[in-house]
Amino acid sequence: MFEKFIYLEWKAFTRSASFATNLGLKILMLFLAIYFALVFLALGIGAFYFIRKMNLEPLVTVNKFLIYYFLFDLIIRLLLQKIPVMNIRPLLVLPFKKPTIVHFSLGKTMLSFFNYAHAFFFLPFSVVLIMEGYDVVSVLLWHLAMISLIYINNFLNIVLNNKDNLFAIFVGIVIVLGGCQYYHVFDITNYTTVFFEGLFHTKWLFLLPISALIGLYYVTFNYFKNNLYLDSGLSNKHQIAKTEDLTWLNQFGTLGTFLKNDIKLIKRNKRSKTTVIMSVVFLFYGLLFFKNHALYNPVMHIFAGIFVSGGFLFTFGQFVPSWDSSYYQLMMTQNIPYRGYLSSKWWLIVIATVISTILSSFYLYFGWHVYLTIVVGAIYNIGVNSHLVLLAGAYTKTPIDLDSSKGAFGDKKAFNVNTMLISLPKLLLPLGLYWIGSTLMSPNLGLTMVAIAGIIGFALRDKVFSLIEKIYKTEKYKTIAAYKQKS
Amino acid sequence: MIQVNDLSKTYNGTTVLKIKNLEIPKGQSFGLVGNNGAGKTTFFSLLLDLIQPSTGHIINNEIQVNSSENWKPFTASFLDESFLIGYLTPEEYFYFIGDLRGQNKADIDALLANHEEFFNGEILKNKKYLRDLSKGNQKKVGIIATLIGNPEVVILDEPFANLDPTTVNRLKKIIKELAENPDVTVLVSSHDLLHTVEVCDRIVALNKGEVVKDIQTSAETLQELELFFAV
Repeated sequence: MFEKFIYLEWKAFTRSASFATNLGLKILMLFLAIYFALVFLALGIGAFYFIRKMNLEPLVTVNKFLIYYFLFDLIIRLLLQKIPVMNIRPLLVLPFKKPTIVHFSLGKTMLSFFNYAHAFFFLPFSVVLIMEGYDVVSVLLWHLAMISLIYINNFLNIVLNNKDNLFAIFVGIVIVLGGCQYYHVFDITNYTTVFFEGLFHTKWLFLLPISALIGLYYVTFNYFKNNLYLDSGLSNKHQIAKTEDLTWLNQFGTLGTFLKNDIKLIKRNKRSKTTVIMSVVFLFYGLLFFKNHALYNPVMHIFAGIFVSGGFLFTFGQFVPSWDSSYYQLMMTQNIPYRGYLSSKWWLIVIATVISTILSSFYLYFGWHVYLTIVVGAIYNIGVNSHLVLLAGAYTKTPIDLDSSKGAFGDKKAFNVNTMLISLPKLLLPLGLYWIGSTLMSPNLGLTMVAIAGIIGFALRDKVFSLIEKIYKTEKYKTIAAYKQKS
Repeated sequence: MIQVNDLSKTYNGTTVLKIKNLEIPKGQSFGLVGNNGAGKTTFFSLLLDLIQPSTGHIINNEIQVNSSENWKPFTASFLDESFLIGYLTPEEYFYFIGDLRGQNKADIDALLANHEEFFNGEILKNKKYLRDLSKGNQKKVGIIATLIGNPEVVILDEPFANLDPTTVNRLKKIIKELAENPDVTVLVSSHDLLHTVEVCDRIVALNKGEVVKDIQTSAETLQELELFFAV
């Protein structure tokens, strides 16, 4: 039975419309995966000696922070790990036993990179432990427990996938716990370390995570099996709709028409809502850079400056016009002024960038220079990157499934790694400019140069729009054909 | 109104549509019938410049559709659900199309009031997004949206499919009214010979991409068509 599923999966992969770009990105992602694997590997081997050098007991220290490790893992999973989207509906009436369908879907998640990525850390770490004379059996049992915990996270992600807002809740938990620990109010690790240490020292304790894993698999399995109906797990949720006129936008003419539509697009679709959440997450990205002055070269600050205000730009702009992919044929038969259409998306990006810049004023805490960097980043985003993403988007032919609220089995993970990857080149130019400026004279010259690039870009807006218009027109038939195929 | 010259569409060596010459005069109600794969949707897609012709071209009101976009303001169409914007309510969708066609809210409201019977109370003020409507109700929205802004050419692909019997009759009435207007050219495709004969002045049958029948509707038309499609 299973080989039939694998056959289907293979066909789905090789025959998807965007296979060519998919493959390119897959290769890129492979490199990224290898990179992370190497990093983890180095971490696994290096961690032990590094910690020991700091006069700490390595295993105890690792055990201390494991709680955060697993919490972060869960957060990353909630954000990035996709639940395998099998087209389950057509299978329901075919002679497959339901458990087979569910086992396969769950089994597929177990093979995910998100699971075996951890092996790159835990395997070398365990090997080093044994080599350093730790009790072999204890190390193996501890390792087994870690694997179970990783898979517990895997299934937790699946079960929790159906709930909204969890991402925010978990981030909140981590921030609160971390904050309490930092200010010595309450230290959760005092309690969890006992457990993780126990996994090593107490021979039978590893049974706990293993039985938890088995239990969780059973729960997940039953949850899916019981919801394998068109009107429950596989159903479409119906929201209560409210007609909104947004008449105040009428004063903007055609621009207003499209703005009205785009605002509804963002408000009413899960996929687009995720981009808004992402832009909020991006706001805090700078903390990584500005906090550790020692760790990061100042040139990298401009990198952060661009990311802080550019979250929406990167996650939304990249997919113009794919946001309208599901009704692209309609757009192409209506009398659509491309400029109005583009302007509307552009204005959304600009408004989001400005709001992000204002919200990020808390960076003033790190000094004027830091906030200035962010403002300059915003100028560059508005002037150059907003055009670049729209330009890149004109070639994007990935249809977007806006109705991602398909229930338990739907593709719910809107944000993906691909988006991030495409965004990277847009950061290199300001980085270069800033670097030239700051090596020639001072960081301020660097900032000025980036800001000027932004202003020049802004002045070229009409030219870029005309160019994008032309691309839209020449790519029209290809785009229609690609959007017709649902990925 | 619509002039087809040497039109053909080929996919990887297979010709799916080949029409040497076809003229649809202004005001005509034109029915396109044929089996699956006969090329009906392909023809409409070409007419709407959604796909590129392999040879030849279509002229819509003196505008060649694949080289200029000026046919868009007076041409309205509904081919399938991909013409609907799923996250809008029906009202918002009508207003959106209205905005694009230069109609204000009052114009749209008047039009909608006119077709309240057609909607059968299931469309307007129903607190549902288009994506959550049934196929039939979605179709109703799409069809009425083509009437916005007094288009001169109305193109409907399989409008009768998925509709309940009462709505089919109401739709026939709407199409007949449109056809009576000498300024409006209506193009309808269907599998259903009876419905098509009832609403169209002229019927063209396609088979494997070629025109095999071209008849002005008369009392004998239905019989003639049924004979042709008989097994």
